Amino acid sequence: MSDFPARADCVVIGAGIVGNCLVGHLSDLGWTDIVLLDKGPLPNPGGSTGHASNFIFPVDHSKEIVDLTVDSQRQYEALGLQNTCGGIEVARSPERMEEFRRRMTSATCWGIESKLLTVDEVVEMVPFIDSDVILGGFYTPSVSAVDSLETGTQMRRRAAEAGHLQTFANTEVLDIETVAGANRPRISAVMTDRGRIECDTVAIACGVWSPKLAQMAGATIPLTPAVHQMVDVGPFDVLVETNQELAYPIVRDMDTFCYERQSAGSMEVGSYAHRPILHRVEDIPSNEEAALSPTEMPFTPDDFDEQLEQAIELMEFLGDGEIKYAINGLLSLTPDAAPVLGPTPEVENLWSVAAVWVKEGPGVGRLMAEWMTYGYPRMTDPHGSDVTRFSPQDRNVIHIETRADEHFNKTYGIVHPREQWATRRNLTCGPAKARTDDLGAFYFEAGGWERPHWYESNADLVERYGIEGRTHEWDARWWSPITDAEHLHLREHCGLVDISPFQVFEVSGPGVVPYIERMVVNKCDLPVGRSIYTPVLTADGGFRSDLTIVRLSEDRFRIATGAFDGGRDEYWFRHNLPADGVHFENRTEALSTYGVWGPNAVALLQTLTETDLSQEAFGYGQVRDALLSGIPAQMFRISYVGDAGFEIYCPTSAGLALWDAITQAGREFDLRPVGAGVYGTTGRLEKGYRLMGAELESDYNPVEAGLARPRVKAADFIGKEAYLAAREAPLAAQLSTLRFESLRCAEGYDRFPMGAGNEPVLTPAGERIVDSHGRVSRVTTAGNAPSLGAYLAMAYLPPELAAAGTELSVMYQHERYPVTVAATGANLALFDPDDSRMKA
Amino acid sequence: MLVDHDRGAPSPGALEALTAARSLAGKLGTRVEAVLLGDRALFDMHGEELSAVSAAYGAVAVHRGRHEFLADYGPDAWGAALAAFVDTAAPDAVVAAGTDRGAEAMAQLAARCDLPLVANCVDVSPNRTQADASSGAATGGTWHISRIQWGGSLLEDVTLTSTLPLLTIAPHSIEAEPCDGAPASAAVVDFEPDLGPEVQQTLVRDRVTLAEGITLSTAPVVVSGGRGVGSADGFAPLEELAELLGGRVGCSRAVTNNGWRSHADQVGQTGTRIAPEIYIACGISGAIQHWVGAMGSKNILAINIDPEANMVTKAGYAVIADLHEVVPAICDEIRRRRDRPG
Amino acid sequence: MRILVCVKRVPAVGSRINVTEDGQQVDTAHLGFTTSPHEECAVEEAAQIVEGLDGDGHAVVVLTLGPEASTEQLRYAASVGGSEFALVIADGGLDWDPQRTAAAITAAVRELEAAGGQFDLILFGNESADGGNFQVGIRVAHSLGRPIVNGIKGIDPHERGFTARRETDAGYEVYELRAPCALGVKEGINLPRYPTMKGRLASRKAQIQVLDGADDADAGGQSRVRLHRPPERASTTVQLGDSAAAAPAVVDLLDELGVL
Repeated sequence: MSDFPARADCVVIGAGIVGNCLVGHLSDLGWTDIVLLDKGPLPNPGGSTGHASNFIFPVDHSKEIVDLTVDSQRQYEALGLQNTCGGIEVARSPERMEEFRRRMTSATCWGIESKLLTVDEVVEMVPFIDSDVILGGFYTPSVSAVDSLETGTQMRRRAAEAGHLQTFANTEVLDIETVAGANRPRISAVMTDRGRIECDTVAIACGVWSPKLAQMAGATIPLTPAVHQMVDVGPFDVLVETNQELAYPIVRDMDTFCYERQSAGSMEVGSYAHRPILHRVEDIPSNEEAALSPTEMPFTPDDFDEQLEQAIELMEFLGDGEIKYAINGLLSLTPDAAPVLGPTPEVENLWSVAAVWVKEGPGVGRLMAEWMTYGYPRMTDPHGSDVTRFSPQDRNVIHIETRADEHFNKTYGIVHPREQWATRRNLTCGPAKARTDDLGAFYFEAGGWERPHWYESNADLVERYGIEGRTHEWDARWWSPITDAEHLHLREHCGLVDISPFQVFEVSGPGVVPYIERMVVNKCDLPVGRSIYTPVLTADGGFRSDLTIVRLSEDRFRIATGAFDGGRDEYWFRHNLPADGVHFENRTEALSTYGVWGPNAVALLQTLTETDLSQEAFGYGQVRDALLSGIPAQMFRISYVGDAGFEIYCPTSAGLALWDAITQAGREFDLRPVGAGVYGTTGRLEKGYRLMGAELESDYNPVEAGLARPRVKAADFIGKEAYLAAREAPLAAQLSTLRFESLRCAEGYDRFPMGAGNEPVLTPAGERIVDSHGRVSRVTTAGNAPSLGAYLAMAYLPPELAAAGTELSVMYQHERYPVTVAATGANLALFDPDDSRMKA
Repeated sequence: MLVDHDRGAPSPGALEALTAARSLAGKLGTRVEAVLLGDRALFDMHGEELSAVSAAYGAVAVHRGRHEFLADYGPDAWGAALAAFVDTAAPDAVVAAGTDRGAEAMAQLAARCDLPLVANCVDVSPNRTQADASSGAATGGTWHISRIQWGGSLLEDVTLTSTLPLLTIAPHSIEAEPCDGAPASAAVVDFEPDLGPEVQQTLVRDRVTLAEGITLSTAPVVVSGGRGVGSADGFAPLEELAELLGGRVGCSRAVTNNGWRSHADQVGQTGTRIAPEIYIACGISGAIQHWVGAMGSKNILAINIDPEANMVTKAGYAVIADLHEVVPAICDEIRRRRDRPG
Repeated sequence: MRILVCVKRVPAVGSRINVTEDGQQVDTAHLGFTTSPHEECAVEEAAQIVEGLDGDGHAVVVLTLGPEASTEQLRYAASVGGSEFALVIADGGLDWDPQRTAAAITAAVRELEAAGGQFDLILFGNESADGGNFQVGIRVAHSLGRPIVNGIKGIDPHERGFTARRETDAGYEVYELRAPCALGVKEGINLPRYPTMKGRLASRKAQIQVLDGADDADAGGQSRVRLHRPPERASTTVQLGDSAAAAPAVVDLLDELGVL
């Protein structure tokens, strides 16, 4: 045993699949002084990796998760620790068969070979499935089972043999010490029961224990330990005689939320159907206290009986198998079921590497090593897993447990891309909530805020504008024809949009100009009262964000970003603050924001203020203080919907009064409240505006997104070098607007693609389109363009296809719909492409 | 003090219990007297030796219960004989070893007298002092006793309220020590308990000997294998090492569960408890249930690839390497030294 | 044949057992419960004996004394061969002393026998995994006037009773007991089966009879003061090597200890 070190560059805590893979990849990327700690023994320290069923179904609807999973499969394969046995998801319900068509869509998008199976085809592959119980299957030949413990061992060995890693098992971390940093506390040391290690960087890869470790440093990792029940039954002759670990495909019985996985002579039956059973970290026993391991909690058979019955329904012979092993296995659930990765927002150089399944472990190891080395991952955009995505109010234990409780049974569930949370609602609301309630607002959650998506009070407009409903329930779910009607009303008269969930920061101080110039691509050093829309880049030149900046005074700028992006952007701006000279403030709660747009908007607002709102006096993109009905506010002439009008910022305390003043004045202008359905989708799409997380990802750069300006500012900024290179390089992809030529499905009615990110753009012959960087063309946004009478989508296309008039197709629900490229390049607007309405 | 024996051979536990009883008698200000049960033939053959051993470990008198039904062991016979003795001899307390026979006979006694029995004691504090003894006070009242639970993982402090304290001493909780300057002999008193024919039902009827020679619980060396051995065949080098050292092969529960060896070889809480001079644990992680059976060993050598395994951290000596390489090397080394002339 | 098996619900512990703050119980906050291992084997043995008999009308009756939650252990027994089930609810949730336990079980056995006829065989575990008092079975058998032998690792039923084997260091001793009688069995007598999935599902329907019994049982003379963990044996491990090259050092040690 080597001596316990007094110093290390990086301490990784947790030797499960993720921690092990992280040290392997850190070593590969040139970290030479890493210490890996675990309080348990090796190779199985007692965390969730030790009892994992270790199988991988690579098809998922999320690009990020698929990228991590497929990369993990490649790594397991390279180590020779993957057993590719294939896997079948079986359906008991017509709804699930439809979900399988969506899975086929995703599989096509990611290029993962998959196939829909008839009942007979399922039974041919797995003869012991009762054909009367199922309706069909979804088969993926590349489904595999892996050896996660040995993978971890080899990853450690790789790093140790390079001389970069020292590992200490049976070593408990007692404290994670910090010192005051420039703006936030910074990691300084890890205290263990074997001694203290001074270090610069700490990564917490402790699975269900991660919140406790984070807390030692004063940070939060929002996850909760939760039970996944699993039993091992057998032996069965039909399995024993195969003489193989996995002779049959792994079966997921999707409608009962169960799986059946052969393990030599027996079958592992696992479930996500039982009641959610959540634990607190402090309730997890130590290795010494646990009867099995800490994360193999005592089985509670009553919770599993229904699953036993369902398993016997599917495979009758299981009933005679002996239950040799049964656990309430612990795994990590986050508030939204995605991993929690990346730098913690509270403590500098403290990294979260948690809530990761075996199927993503090695990929996450690589992703995190890249993140820690290059400042941002290169293999895929991690924004869905970024631990900073959670706002402070989403990090408390009640929120975590309530949401985990809600989504646990959706683990194998059918989740709609627009699906809304049922719990933890009405906690963060704008000041006019009482008014929007009265108007019958249907709220979507936006970054924790209640945001009206449409208003039932506008139902009369549906008939007036002749908006048709949607035939298929899936297309109509979490959608209303009222949105299209509101859109047309706004275009004809005017609309009031509650955009209070906007995330608003202010940076100020003597050093603010060089600071903000360094943060963003476009020039900020403009006259007071002017605004800048700009990309924010990673060091590699990909999108980290896009946002709007307003110069409020010589030494104060306001930054407004999307409701979903606040956490990530706040982290990034704080992380890059200089030691002194710049003050950062989150003003989201203090300020409320409304948008008033439409042909009547300016005239309406003019009745409330003495400030001259004419285009000549108050041009597009400008910001002014103004009294609106006697309420001090800031008016910003800008539009995300394509019609003239203003964003209006006021103190939250005056928000209700301002709402009332505007609506009262609006009566003679036929003002209607308009929901975020118009603001976020229909209005935006007609104008070809890009959205962070949809069109804008770190995988793409401003040139490809059509957001490159003719000139590059002189000041240095993050990602500049890569951005300059991208401007010179041959274009690999070009963001384009596509128009659907037909939405008619085989059943004879119209379908409406979601733009959920998993719908591939295909050649007319149905082939995937992959650009020279290996990026697949897929729909990033889709929606109605009511003013055009069209259905539109956006997608990146290789340059040879990114030309108006190119005929392509889009897959939705495993059917192809013809599309034509309608616009490409900088201006993607199909509605009023000259912006004459906005600048009217 | 009941000295349990098998056909004249006292159990190792009995000597430990005699040692403990001596200490208890000291606290009580009284003396240890031994009870031995047998028939005429047994005492003719082993009587002197049994008396001498009892005396060496501090018994000042030996009461020999003689009866034809005591020719061999039987729980009812032993219990009834003890009850008869207690009835007439009026001891201050009755102590036996917590061995199979000691524990069983004491439970039989306790059931017959309807008195409490505290099993597997490790520390006994009677409430009576030497001064009380000289004043002739009774032993009743409340005793404070520490006994083992969960195979030794926990201690239970209990109070015992009884007219006649009945105790068994936890095996391996005390080292058997002969009495300093012990009297060479003890006074021998024979008694003939009145045993009814019903006790015959539980007499040993027959014996089957499975293995000659030393046993797991008495072997000076135990070489044990755990999950790390990998298979039934993997035990061959362990067998070889045990044979070279005149020891026995043991195993962990994982091994019996996998069917690699019979339960008779299992060391542990529900297997055999051992107390060899050295315990060589090969590829055993050291779960508590196993440790409980092994912790009586005087020395422990762990051979394991994992330096952090429980067994390694608890052992006095360790080799951190693959048992499949180390064990044959040890065998070779032993043979090499033995072959060396001189 | 009617066989009674007495079982005890005990926590399934790890390598370190915690005690509640008041020192009165094992802290079971994160522990599951199981049947004491010797008794699990007793249920299996009873099931095997009955399965080996011709005809119907045989019964494996499983009795436990403990908290109401002990129904979990009875249902488990139902899933591995038990046929009838009885529970004596011990109040307070604390372990009862051996005398009181034995008195309550004796009363329960009498009640069961009054209703269903005499048991040909009563099986106990040699000792419980937790308390390890080594006496309850013997006390019950004595009260019922039945012979009992402990430490049994083999049972063969025959016309008049049972041949029982008790393990010794050298082999085993053989006992012959006439029915009705009792035996204390030890783990190793068999490898208990696991419940099948169907067995588990069927066990939910098992009828559990709740007996009084407990009311008349008075506390005995042994009374718990507290439970505590023994001091840990501090050890420093001497590492003799990290490869086969350690062999000479090992043999030196064996020599030193005089076992070579």
